[in-house]
Amino acid sequence: MKFGVIIFPGSNCDHDAYHVISKHVGQPVDFIWHRDTDLSGYDALIIPGGFSYGDYLRAGALARFSPVMGAVREFADEGGLVLGICNGFQILCEAGLLPGALIRNRELHFICRHVHVRVETTETPFTTALNSGEVLYLPIAHAEGNYFCDDATLEELQREDRIIFRYTDAGGEQKDEANPNGSRAAIAGICSRQRNVLGLMPHPERACEDLLGSSDGRGIFRSLANTLAALA
Amino acid sequence: MKAKVYVTLKPGVLDPQGKAIQHSVELLGFAGISDVRQGKYFEIALDNSLDADGAREAAERMAKGVLSNPVIEDYRVEIE
Repeated sequence: MKFGVIIFPGSNCDHDAYHVISKHVGQPVDFIWHRDTDLSGYDALIIPGGFSYGDYLRAGALARFSPVMGAVREFADEGGLVLGICNGFQILCEAGLLPGALIRNRELHFICRHVHVRVETTETPFTTALNSGEVLYLPIAHAEGNYFCDDATLEELQREDRIIFRYTDAGGEQKDEANPNGSRAAIAGICSRQRNVLGLMPHPERACEDLLGSSDGRGIFRSLANTLAALA
Repeated sequence: MKAKVYVTLKPGVLDPQGKAIQHSVELLGFAGISDVRQGKYFEIALDNSLDADGAREAAERMAKGVLSNPVIEDYRVEIE
């Protein structure tokens, strides 16, 4: 089982993701520069957080034109697992691999703190080791994390059980004051129709060690590893 | 030739920056403002290898494919 972490100019959570895969998942992992186009040999890709291309134009808008993204699209079309975290989620939306867009936070501020998110479904390769309804304590760090989509897209996401994480309070209750950025339907993470591409704004890779305030992110990586082990 | 591209948020998409700007403008003493929406403006210089129709078509493609995100934004192109 081999993981790849894609680096764009301005990515800054690439080493965190690499650390988690090598130390906690215990699997081989490579950095992949955004100009590379050969993704053969990889079982899962992580598009990490950061500020690719300085967030110029729109967050994630320029990264989607990097040479690697054509290969990422083919990888995803063939069923490969792709996890986009924060800026990675923004890039996947801009690239059309996930629906909707991440717009400016409701209160304008860059928000950097831990929040609670509820696992909405275990029916994805990224959540098999979690429980539906389980509340995770994960950090967010973004200015454009306000998930937006039109009514038809929201209805489709709900009908197809593709809303994977929602912002809630510590008890798992969805309420406006527990929604840090104004995301539509309190959406913190969604998956593709084939369920093999997941994007989320919270940073599970920054929550894998108790020393860092939470190790709730490990369940997502454990799920990913379990899924790949079952496929092998 | 120059292509001017205006990118604006679709109606209904929250614009917290526009709201903050409106608030500041009101603090400056202007009254009667019902809404402020912030957008983006691009000037693209084109060499003369394209005629006006070709320039418009190229600018439309740029506006649709890069300069705007059709999920949240509309665009308008002017050629001069």
